[in-house]
Amino acid sequence: MSKAQLHTDDREAAYAGMDSLRSDFPSLAQDINGAPLVYLDSAASSQPATVVIEAISEYQKHDHANVHRGVHTLSHRATDAYEGARDAVVDFINANARCETLFTSGTTESINLVAQSFCKPRLKAGNKIVITHLEHHSNIVPWQMICEQTGAELIVIDIDEQGEVNLQQLYEVLDDSVKLLAIAHVSNALGTILPVKQIVEKAHAAGVPVLVDGAQAIAHMAVDVQDLDCDFYAFSGHKMFGPTGIGILYGKESLLEAMPPYKGGGDMILEVSFDGTTYNDLPYKFEAGTPNISSAIGLGAAVRYLQAVGMQRIASHEAELLAYMTSALGSMDDIRLIGTATHKAGVQSFLLADIHPHDLGTILDHQGVAIRTGHHCAMPVMSFFGISGTARASLALYNNTDDIDRLVVALDKARELFCK
Amino acid sequence: MNDDAQTHSDLRELYRELILDHARSPRHFGKLEGATHSADGINPLCGDKLKLYFRLDDDMRITDACFEGSGCAISVASASLLTDTVTGMTRAEATDFFHAVTDSLSGRTESAPIDLGKLRALQGVRQYPSRVKCATLSWHAMNAALNQDKNPATTE
Repeated sequence: MSKAQLHTDDREAAYAGMDSLRSDFPSLAQDINGAPLVYLDSAASSQPATVVIEAISEYQKHDHANVHRGVHTLSHRATDAYEGARDAVVDFINANARCETLFTSGTTESINLVAQSFCKPRLKAGNKIVITHLEHHSNIVPWQMICEQTGAELIVIDIDEQGEVNLQQLYEVLDDSVKLLAIAHVSNALGTILPVKQIVEKAHAAGVPVLVDGAQAIAHMAVDVQDLDCDFYAFSGHKMFGPTGIGILYGKESLLEAMPPYKGGGDMILEVSFDGTTYNDLPYKFEAGTPNISSAIGLGAAVRYLQAVGMQRIASHEAELLAYMTSALGSMDDIRLIGTATHKAGVQSFLLADIHPHDLGTILDHQGVAIRTGHHCAMPVMSFFGISGTARASLALYNNTDDIDRLVVALDKARELFCK
Repeated sequence: MNDDAQTHSDLRELYRELILDHARSPRHFGKLEGATHSADGINPLCGDKLKLYFRLDDDMRITDACFEGSGCAISVASASLLTDTVTGMTRAEATDFFHAVTDSLSGRTESAPIDLGKLRALQGVRQYPSRVKCATLSWHAMNAALNQDKNPATTE
């Protein structure tokens, strides 16, 4: 057997294995408007895995109590499950210590926490925060807010027509006036994968700490925060087959240690008196109030599921599917692909003839095909391309080539209806 | 009827020929010089952005109506139909129409107190909650213009 043949067989075996995972996601097995659901909107929110739903349900049925507070059995069980979920995340991203892994409500809160607690106290007029043109609004607006409050300047690094970040321009602006570089790992609108490890190295050489918005990366590739050496890494549970309302902020211990609390309340204190309050240790210093216990447990289940499947395997599967999708869409004369970077995750924005993305979304939904349409919370990206929005198909581990074929058929119908 | 034909006929309810025609060739499209009333309509969810212009005479009768901007087929067709419909109406009549149209498209009343005429073609959106906002955007913008609101109209 030739090497190429062997490779093909391996690939087929991997596909066969991946296809069986589809049944781990109960919501996928339904008809929408009379056709089996094709879910191509995982970049907005992924479908929850059965193990996640069951972990939450088991907790709610048998183990619920407040965490870190009671001496009774249920409180012990809840605390064990909650902290067990943290351990799972620590292992998943290879954090150096569990105190570096904070539960938040999601990527947005994680970024706001860093903006308010890490950056704002260090910012003076004339300092800079650097971001790129392809960021999601949640990695733009928190920085605009603190720049406005402090007189610091927000520097935005250019992208090109392919959706690549101008790295040369980025490296040139990094100096000691820059107090943070905040970048996406993967662009949600364009799919571009940024060379985070290389960027972090350059930034650190210039003495600039780096926050990585990992919302679009975490479910699609292996993420090792120690290998990336980033200072902060943020992501959300609902984009990795877990529940909404839960996310993670990873931060280096020395930085988190020096940061003031972001919110005040219960659980984040050691001692409170009217003379003053002593704050709790990490990570609890940043987890004021009763946390989202059930969702944290759900996130833990999602992480264990992803580890069992294997991130390398997921990445290869999605790379194959993306190539299939890009080639299918790219072969249509009236499709304009938005986002054609060399290194991409399973996200493809596009426009079909002059059909408005919203009309396209409705026509596709009619055929059971769910895509995202609009500006994808990345209005500056849309302005760059001179458009108001795009249609976007995004992939996850449960998609297959049949899904892409159905997308193509659905686009043909849209064309038939609109472009006679 | 097979599933395929069913899909098509449902979509045809939404994208009727009149809608597609107005979306492809919007009437009164462009800026109106000498407008006495104007307002923006913004749908932040979709990014649809329309600007409506009106010229009212001394009797508060709409003598001209125009619009410009970008949006989906439903919002553009609705704006185009609006400019066709309200030209010649008094401000009070146009305001009555605003209420009748937005109520009818939102499904608040089954039959509008006013004969909506060709605007009935927009009623396909009732089945699509997320698209009702597209169809009503220009109407909210008109209402803001006629009331001389300073803030842009939104459908949120």
